[in-house]
Amino acid sequence: MATQLPDNRGEVVFEDFKPAYTDAQAVTEANRCLYCLDAPCIDACPTGIDIPTFIRKIATGNVRGAAKTIFDSNIFGMSCARVCPVEVLCVGDCVYNRFDESPPIQIGKLQRYATDIAYAKGEQFYEAGPDTGKRVAVVGGGPAGLACAHRLRRFGHAVTIFEKRDVLGGLNTTGVAPYKMRADKSLEEVDWVLAIGGIEVKTGVDVGASPSLGELLADYDAVFVGIGLGPDSPLVVDGETLDGVMGAVDFIEEMKLQPSRFGGVRHAVVVGGGNTAIDAVREALGLGIPEVTMLYRGTEGGMPGYAHEWKAAKVEGARALWQRQPVGFEGADGKVTGIRCVRLDDRKQPVADSEHVVHADLVLIAIGQSRLLDQVAALEGVRADGRRIVADEAGFTGHPGLYVGGDLKNGAKEVVNAVAEGRDAAVAIDAHLSTSGQGA
Amino acid sequence: MVDLTSNTGGIISPNPFWLASAPPANSGDQIMRAFDHGWGGAVWKTLGSPIQNVSSRFGGLNYRGTRAIGFNNIELITDRPLEVNLREIAEVKKRYPKHAVIVSLMVETEEEWRDIIARSIDAGADGLELNFGCPHGMCERGMGSAVGQEPTVNERITGWAKKYSTVPVLVKLTPNVSDIVPHGLAAKRGGADGVSLINTIKSIIGLDLDRLVPEPRVSGLSTNGGYCGAAVKPIALHMVASLAREPMFGLPISGIGGVANWRDAVEFLALGSSSVQVCTEVMLRGYRVVEDMIEGLEGYMKQQGFEKLDQLVGAAVPSFSEWGNLDLNYETVAKIDADKCIGCHLCVVACHDGAHQCIHPDPAGQTFVPHVDESECVGCNLCQIVCPVPDCISMVEVDNGFAPATWNEHVYEGAKLRPKKGVH
Ligand SMILES: Cc1cc2nc3c(=O)[nH]c(=O)nc-3n(C[C@H](O)[C@H](O)[C@H](O)COP(=O)(O)OP(=O)(O)OC[C@H]3O[C@@H](n4cnc5c(N)ncnc54)[C@H](O)[C@@H]3O)c2cc1C
Ligand SMILES: Cc1cc2nc3c(=O)[nH]c(=O)nc-3n(C[C@H](O)[C@H](O)[C@H](O)COP(=O)(O)O)c2cc1C
Repeated sequence: MATQLPDNRGEVVFEDFKPAYTDAQAVTEANRCLYCLDAPCIDACPTGIDIPTFIRKIATGNVRGAAKTIFDSNIFGMSCARVCPVEVLCVGDCVYNRFDESPPIQIGKLQRYATDIAYAKGEQFYEAGPDTGKRVAVVGGGPAGLACAHRLRRFGHAVTIFEKRDVLGGLNTTGVAPYKMRADKSLEEVDWVLAIGGIEVKTGVDVGASPSLGELLADYDAVFVGIGLGPDSPLVVDGETLDGVMGAVDFIEEMKLQPSRFGGVRHAVVVGGGNTAIDAVREALGLGIPEVTMLYRGTEGGMPGYAHEWKAAKVEGARALWQRQPVGFEGADGKVTGIRCVRLDDRKQPVADSEHVVHADLVLIAIGQSRLLDQVAALEGVRADGRRIVADEAGFTGHPGLYVGGDLKNGAKEVVNAVAEGRDAAVAIDAHLSTSGQGA
Repeated sequence: MVDLTSNTGGIISPNPFWLASAPPANSGDQIMRAFDHGWGGAVWKTLGSPIQNVSSRFGGLNYRGTRAIGFNNIELITDRPLEVNLREIAEVKKRYPKHAVIVSLMVETEEEWRDIIARSIDAGADGLELNFGCPHGMCERGMGSAVGQEPTVNERITGWAKKYSTVPVLVKLTPNVSDIVPHGLAAKRGGADGVSLINTIKSIIGLDLDRLVPEPRVSGLSTNGGYCGAAVKPIALHMVASLAREPMFGLPISGIGGVANWRDAVEFLALGSSSVQVCTEVMLRGYRVVEDMIEGLEGYMKQQGFEKLDQLVGAAVPSFSEWGNLDLNYETVAKIDADKCIGCHLCVVACHDGAHQCIHPDPAGQTFVPHVDESECVGCNLCQIVCPVPDCISMVEVDNGFAPATWNEHVYEGAKLRPKKGVH
């Protein structure tokens, strides 16, 4: 497993977009919290962190207790504090939003404050439970898989994680924007989570190729699958194999883990209008690419990415071309030089004779990621709906002993959803194993 | 224009705001700066035989992020030579003839009292304040609150002061007694022209949790201090009002204790003070706070139709009564303004755990606005007190058809009481 990343990674030029609180700032903000009963912020958190309680503990100086309250619900509390879209989750539901113009409580920043201190002090809150003799395989070492593994260890089950890549953390390591969190932080978190002990990690294992899911189901008492999404979906137009045309998630992973090779790029175009597209735009700008344009087939008002993120991108200098559809790429010497586009009307239909070329020497495709449903769906009793594996609330698929969670189950949400689903699947697996008799 | 001129037992000041005898009134230079900011009077930091103070003198009580809502100190009376203080008193009076300079005094024997009173008056004192209140250090030497707690000693020393003084004498009372009234009456019997109250309250402000030593910490030890600041206002108001409504008393009062703004001052004045003294708020924010105090008081008086300060002084005293005179049939219930409610449910938890379980989350789950079960609401005000939104919860009077009836009327005249609410 790789835990050392190169120091000259592309992402190291990024500073935190939301700076950390000082002690004084944290206590001041914590004291503003009303400590609501049945607080709406808790309902808005997929992991259900008892937010008013942890904030009150910050206010009284019980920062260790605050961190414990967070981790009790969300073992990824440190990264979620940084990467959660709090504007549309807890902070968005703070009652202060209903109180004239009062700013809502900065829950993410307070959570970061408490969890960072716990990390800095080397606090560990959990021990593995007494050995149950049961063995569980976890496929995919992203937030869903790790959260599941951690909770399973608290119950005392033996856990083996099978991870395709040579780093753990999933998209938390390879995908989230570096101005929210850099990859080394994610790996620090992985180590912290694994410190509960007894989690065997096998990296470089592509489950499906070998071993197969069927083999794991035969070898283990239960299997949790949290393999997330597949590679970027292609546009399927002429010239897509030209040098300089790549998937946005690949681009982001490269920037986060490897030295940057995008120094000479003059004009990058990001195709898409979702959150990955906006992230790629902001990242390209942050890497110093002078001109970065988002090219989206809908209108500004109709883009699926978060409005607060797009606003930040515009402040940083992003441009946009709305209602455009790429129909092919132009190139010279095997390298991309432009995108052939047509205009779309309000019904997203091509406008006649509207073809034109947008110059670009880097094109990032961010129109979605493919799905990894096939081998899971192939198992007896498992259903897929095209976007995701269908499972009950706790992640049970219908195939005995097989549970899913994270992007694979929810069709692509946030880290915090993956953590909640991994955790809840562990609870269901524990219940299943406790009632399923001795030994396999 | 409203007239803020204040008269406390013959001590006249252009407005009722005085610096209390404490560090802000320690020296001539400070008091002159305070007068330039608008203070109407100052009670000089208590004179006596100069003492030696400790390092580490003050402690603050913080609450939910607000610093020093309460304050305490273990410092003693002035540590400056008497001659220096007297010279500066004369200088201040020469330069600020219209402002009131009251000299606070604390000595032991009759000769000492005679001597220091004569010298203070020579220096130009407009009045004297006898410090019978300091609850630390001085009382261990038989002065300060040791005097204030003994009505006979209080009366005797006040008598000496009156015998030797040609200017008005105020007696500064200690709150470290179970009932203030006998102590006010003792000062009156001694001939005092008025009283000042409260001095500080015996206290331990808190502990240094690492060392397990109280604050303020002097090396490895601490001692009881005197408590003051915003948090003591309710105690001070009660003591002021208790004397103001006492028919046998009838002397002017200079109100002290937790005055931090003009609203506090209005309360002290309306409950019977002719002037107010301020220490802690000035220590925390400086002399400049007086500008708002004066403006705020003027604005309030204008709005309420008071032209002279005297009309406000004591205006609320008649409404401070005995429990037995309260109307038991008066009924209020809480009403929540649904347009203002933000759904924090603090009223729900407060009512549920701390009151009478009559405020519930919306039973239909349709709205975040809680529901008040008026048939159970006892009208205690707790919900209104915890609600963070101004004017969202109001306590509304209910016409229950019962004629007013007090406990006294019920017991002695058989007046009919409404059925009790919220009893299970
Ligand atoms: C560009 C981008 C930015 C994002 N930014 C944010 C953000 O700011 N905040 C936020 O909350 N969410 C963000 N998300 C979403 C978030 O990252 C995901 O929802 C979350 O990581 C899902 O967790 P997961 O464990 O289900 O899957 P993943 O994080 O994708 O982890 C799956 C793991 O399984 C491994 N794997 C896959 N196939 C196999 C196999 N066959 N065998 C073994 N291992 C396998 C993968 O290598 C990976 O490590 C972002 C997503 C993207 C794409
Ligand atoms: C540091 C400090 C020193 C004080 N010294 C004296 C003093 O020498 N003589 C005196 O009569 N009162 C003294 N007091 C009491 C104040 O005059 C005043 O009665 C008390 O602080 C309450 O008012 P406040 O709440 O505005 O501070 C002192 C108070 C403080 C905080």
